[in-house]
Order: sequence, then structure tokens, then C-alpha cells
Amino acid sequence: MGVMKRVSLVFKSKANKALDRMEDPRETLDYSYQTQLELLQKVRRGVADVATSRKRVELQINTLQQSSDKLDRQARDSLSAGREDLAREALVRKSAVASQMNDLNVQYASLQGEEEKLTNASQRLQAKVDAFRTRKETIKATYTAAEAQTRINEAFTGISEEMGDVGMAIQRAEDKTEQMRARAGAIDELMASGALDDAVSGPRDDIQAELDRMGATHGVDNELERMKAEVGQGSAPREIEATSAVPEAQPAPAATAQPAADQPQGDAQ
Amino acid sequence: MIVRILGEGQLRVEDSALSELNELDARLEAAVNSGDEAAFADALAALLGRVRAIGAPTEPDDLEPSALILPQADATMDDVRKLLTDDGLIPG
Repeated sequence: MGVMKRVSLVFKSKANKALDRMEDPRETLDYSYQTQLELLQKVRRGVADVATSRKRVELQINTLQQSSDKLDRQARDSLSAGREDLAREALVRKSAVASQMNDLNVQYASLQGEEEKLTNASQRLQAKVDAFRTRKETIKATYTAAEAQTRINEAFTGISEEMGDVGMAIQRAEDKTEQMRARAGAIDELMASGALDDAVSGPRDDIQAELDRMGATHGVDNELERMKAEVGQGSAPREIEATSAVPEAQPAPAATAQPAADQPQGDAQ
Repeated sequence: MIVRILGEGQLRVEDSALSELNELDARLEAAVNSGDEAAFADALAALLGRVRAIGAPTEPDDLEPSALILPQADATMDDVRKLLTDDGLIPG
């Protein structure tokens, strides 16, 4: 006997065993209906769980995307400033971030698929549960317990197959969500500990520090040039530089000549 | 007859397709028995593909049990072995 026939027999045997446990066939209907409603709730919770996991992965992808954009910007700024070494470092980090993002994108797609499957399963089960409820009322109103047996068996076997299928789908989604949760938790922990932040240039961002330092130096030079131009043209700036250099050159003799009280920092003695 | 693909739902297939499906199913079973995961994946994809191609979805409120039940598309051989045991994957 082939696989597909054997699987269907396993499903039927499960249903038959459940039926055998019931004393009054019509009680079976009510009991089964309760179980169906519970499973419907469970599958809806499953959809919500998968969606929560998916959103969490989405947030992480966004964070990594921001890091990647920032590193890209830094690489460009470094190149503009003639610092190929810094640009290279930024690109190395960017590629590490990209590989994390690829991994998360795969997980995201997988969770999306799981969410879609469970949503569809939930709709299929809902339709069958509604049909079962109608059938149940008809059977109870129309037939005696003995007459009802065959019809109950049919309806019960049909719906229990659907329930078995949905039950396994929930289990698969739970397993996947659990794995994702563990991995997402690990990435969150890395981000919180700063370890991943180093790789994706977070608070201790040495590339940015170097760029800022160079940017600041550059800004001071520019401002100095502008001030020189304002104060006067030609030799004037050079004079200022020359006079300002004089007192700096003679701090030691001044300290010995003046009273110590006037030299709060002059602890030369 | 009605065929269920686990995780996807039920499809109605002409009875005349049974021998064709049985052939594909025999390949699937041979793969499971020989433990060849690649052959298993190929056989499962072929069987599911054929059922999807010739089957039409049943009405959602149809309560009829399926004559044949096929593993879900991403099932492993291990999943199928468990499906075939009474205390395996099927809850309840």
C-alpha cells in the first residue's frame, strides 16, 4: 500500500478510536464541536504569534538597514577625505551587516509563509466548523440515536481529518516561531551588549570618531581662513600669529618674575 | 475522489487518475524505504504537482473525508515516517 493511502488510514483510525470512546453518538457531536471551537481559537492564537515574531524580525532588519546606510555614508565620507583605509574598514563592517540582513530576510520570508498557511488553515477550519454545527443540529433534530450513528461517523471523520491537519500546521508553525524567537533573542542580546554594535558601528564608533575629528580640524581651518579674511588682508594674519607666539614662548621666565599668587598654575617652585 | 494535501486542503480528482497517482506514489514510497532524501523530495514534488494540476478545490464546507492524504510540500522523510505511525504527528 502506498504512502497516501496509508496516511489516510492513519487519520481514519484516529477518528474511529475517538468515536469508540463516546457512549451516546449524539453526545459525540457536542463534544466534538467544543473541541473544534478550541482548535479554532488555538489556530488564531498561532497566527497572532507568528505575526509577532515576523514583526520583531522586521524591526531587526530595519535596524540593520540603518547601520548599513550609515556605514555606506561613512565609507563615502572617508573616501572624500582621502582616507581609503577608513573607507575599507567601513565597507568590511557593511558586508558583515549585509550577511546578517540576508539571514534575517530568509527568516522573514519563512515566517510570512507560515503566517499565510496558518491564516488559510484557520479559514478552512472555520468553514468546516460552521458546516459541522449545521449538520449537528440537523442530525439531532431528525434522527434517533441509532439512526444517527452513520451520519455522525461521516461528519466526525471528515472534520477530525481537518482538525488533524490544522493541528499539525499549528505545531509546525510553533516550532518555526520558537526557533526564530531564539535567534531574534540572540541578535537582540548582541545589540544590547554592544558586541553587534561594534560590528555595525554603534555607540563606540571609531570610524565616525575619526571622521568627526577630521571634520572638526577641517572646520577650524576653514573658519580660521574666514577670520583672516575678515580681520584684514595680506600680512595682518601673519602678525597676529607672530605676536601670539611670543607669550607662549616665555612662560617660564614670567613665572619666576611675578608673584606666585598671580600664577594659579605656576607651581614651578 | 477527494485527495488532501496536508497544509493546503482538499482537492477533488477524477477516479481515473488513481493509477497515475499510484505510480507517482510508488516512487515516493521507494524513496522512503531506501532512505534517499533527494529522490524523496523529487517524488513528493512530482506527486503534489500532479495532484494540484488535475485537482479542483472542494467546497470549504464539505465534510467528506479524503480517500488519499499527501504529506505537506516541505515534509522531510522523517515527517512522513512519523505520519505513518499511529502515535506520530497527527494530534488527538
